[in-house]
Amino acid sequence: MTEVTRFTHGSRIPGWDDAVDPDKAPAPVPDAATTPVPAELRQEIEAEMAKYPVSRSALIPALHAAQRVHGWCSPEAIEQVATVMGITPGEVAAVATFYDMFETKPVGRQTIYVCTNISCSLRGGDKILAAMKAAAEGDADFNIRGFECLGACDMAPMASVNGDFVGPLEPADCAQIVSDLKGGLEVIPSKQLRARPCADPAGNVAVTSNEGGQS
Amino acid sequence: MSAILFDRIDEPGLNDIAVYEKRGGYEALKKALTVPTAGIIEELKASGLRGRGGAGFPLGTKASFIPTADIDKYLVCNADESEPGTFKDRELMQKNPHLLIEGMIIAAYAVGANRSFIYIRGEYELQANILEEAIAQAKASGYIGENILGSGFSLDLVLHRGAGAYICGEETGLLDSLEGKRGNPRLKPPFPANQGLFQGPTLINNVETLATIPPILRMGGSEYAKLGVENSAGTKLVSISGNVQRPGNYEIELGMSSRDIIYGLAGGPDEGRTVKFWFPGGSSSPVLTADDLDLAYDFDTLAKAGTMLGSGAIIVVDDTNSVVDVALTLASFYKHESCGKCTPCREGTTWTVKMLQRIQDGEATPMDLDIISSVQEQIIGNCLCVLGDAMAMPVSSLVTKFRAEFEEHIEAARERNGLGMTPPPASEEPALSL
Repeated sequence: MTEVTRFTHGSRIPGWDDAVDPDKAPAPVPDAATTPVPAELRQEIEAEMAKYPVSRSALIPALHAAQRVHGWCSPEAIEQVATVMGITPGEVAAVATFYDMFETKPVGRQTIYVCTNISCSLRGGDKILAAMKAAAEGDADFNIRGFECLGACDMAPMASVNGDFVGPLEPADCAQIVSDLKGGLEVIPSKQLRARPCADPAGNVAVTSNEGGQS
Repeated sequence: MSAILFDRIDEPGLNDIAVYEKRGGYEALKKALTVPTAGIIEELKASGLRGRGGAGFPLGTKASFIPTADIDKYLVCNADESEPGTFKDRELMQKNPHLLIEGMIIAAYAVGANRSFIYIRGEYELQANILEEAIAQAKASGYIGENILGSGFSLDLVLHRGAGAYICGEETGLLDSLEGKRGNPRLKPPFPANQGLFQGPTLINNVETLATIPPILRMGGSEYAKLGVENSAGTKLVSISGNVQRPGNYEIELGMSSRDIIYGLAGGPDEGRTVKFWFPGGSSSPVLTADDLDLAYDFDTLAKAGTMLGSGAIIVVDDTNSVVDVALTLASFYKHESCGKCTPCREGTTWTVKMLQRIQDGEATPMDLDIISSVQEQIIGNCLCVLGDAMAMPVSSLVTKFRAEFEEHIEAARERNGLGMTPPPASEEPALSL
C-alpha cells in the first residue's frame, strides 16, 4: 500500500508543523509558587476576572495585557496567564492562536496593520502595504501586516498604526509614518480618524438651542 | 427627514455625559423605568425596527422571546463590526457613546437582564477608550449600577474587547468568544434567547439597533414606524465605500432610491467612470449591477432582487476593476476568517481561493467556473453559521453575472502563460485514430 503523505498543502493553524512529543502529557495548570508573574500583570488580569460572572471570560483581555508586557504571546506569557487564571497553558494557547491580534511569534513593537480588504484594495491598499514594508525594510522594530477589513473604509486606503487609524493614505505617506514612529511623533495628525467629521451633511447641522429633544 | 442617529453627531464634547444630557439624553431611560417592561417591548414591536446588524430580525419580537422568569439573563451588544465595508457603528460609538449606553440600559430593563456586555472588536481602540470613559460617567451618574434611579432595577455593563476575528460578529461565535474561548459558532437551536451567554437567556443586538431605542421611546413606536416603507421602518445608517467620490456614513430613510444614495449622497464613481457592480449590504451580499441602481433601498426590495440589505454597507466597484481580482480578494478574506469548524466552509473557501488563483495564474479552463459554482452551492445552508454562505453568495453571483468576463480573463491569462487556447469540450474532440 502506498503511503499517503498528509498535510502537504500546509495548514492555516500556526505551528501545526512544529515538532511535538506525542508521549508528553498535556501541561497541567502551572503551579503559582514556581511560576513568577509580574505583580502588575497579575493585578490587571485579576481585575479583569472580577468583571465577569465566570472568570474564564477574561482570557482575551488577559492575553491583551500579557502581550503588552511581553511583546507577543510567548510561551512565558501564556504560562503566566494560565497561572493567574487557573487554566492549562493549552487552553490559553488555543485561544491565542485563534485571534489575529495575538502574535504567536516574536515581532517588533511598532505594529502597523494595513487593510487589504475589498474597499481598501479598490483604492490601492495593496500598494500601501508594499510601500509600508519597503519604508520599514530591515528594521526589526516594525511589525507590518496586511490585515482584514478594519472598519474604516471611508478613509480607504488606510492603516492602523499602533491602534490609531490613519487614511486615506498615499504611498508617499508610508515613509512619513515610519519616520514619525521612529521619532516618537504622532503619525500624520491631519489624516487620523479622530479628526474626521461625519460625511453625512445632516449630521453636521449647526447646534440650535431651541430644541430639547434629540429627534 | 431629520437625522435621528446622526442628529448633530459632530457636536463638540458629545462624548461627555453633560452635553448628552443637555440635549435630552437619558430622558428616555427615566421615562422607561416608570413603565412596565411589557409596555416597552410593545413600543419596540410597534416601531417595526428590524435588526441593523445583518439579519434584519425584528427587535421587539426578539426581545419578547426572552423568558420573563426571574433567572440570570444577559444583554450583549454586538460591536464586533467586521463585515467588510461596514463602519457605521464605529462612528456612532466614537461620537455618541451615551446613545448606545442609554439604549442598552433600556433594553436590559425591558428583558430583565442584570448583566450586559459590549463586545467591541479589538481593532477599535479609540472607540473602546471612549466607551470605557462614557460607561464610567454613566455609572457615576447612577444610570448603571444598583437600583438605577430608585427603580429597583440593577445593571452592570462591561466593555469587552475582542482580538481580531470576523467570526466573532456571528452571534454564537461572539458568545463563545465572550466566554473566553475560540470564537466557534454554536449549533442553533437553542437560540441565544433561550440559552446564550453562560447558558442563560441572552438578548444580543447590534450597536445601531440598540442606539435606536432611545429615539423610538422618545418619539413613540408608532410614530417611528411612519418613517421608511412597509416592513422596513425607520432610518438606517449606510456605509458607502469603494469607488465613490464621497465615501462615508449617511443616515437615510429606508426605501430611498439606491441611485440617490450612491450618486446623490456619495457622489458616484470618479468622473468618466461608471458603476460596474455594487454590494448592497456588505461584502457578503450577492452583487447588483448598474441596471439595479433604481431599486429602492429597503429590506424587502433587495430580498426580492436576490440579495440583501445586510449591515447597510454599500461597496461600489467601478469599470476599471477586474471582476476576478474582486472575487479573489473576497474569497481570500473568507478563507482566512473561516473558523474551520464545519467542513463545507473550511474546504469550500480554501478551494474557491485555489480555483480563483488558477484563473488569475492562467492555468484554468472555463470548466473551472462550473466547478466554482457547484462548490458554492454545496456550501450554502450546510454549515452551523453563514460565514461560508457569506462567501458563496457573492462569489456565485459574480460568476453568474460576469461569466463572459471570467471566460475572457481565462483565455487571456492562458495566452500570456503560453498555454494557448482552451481545449475544446470533449464531445467536439476529433476521434483518435488508433
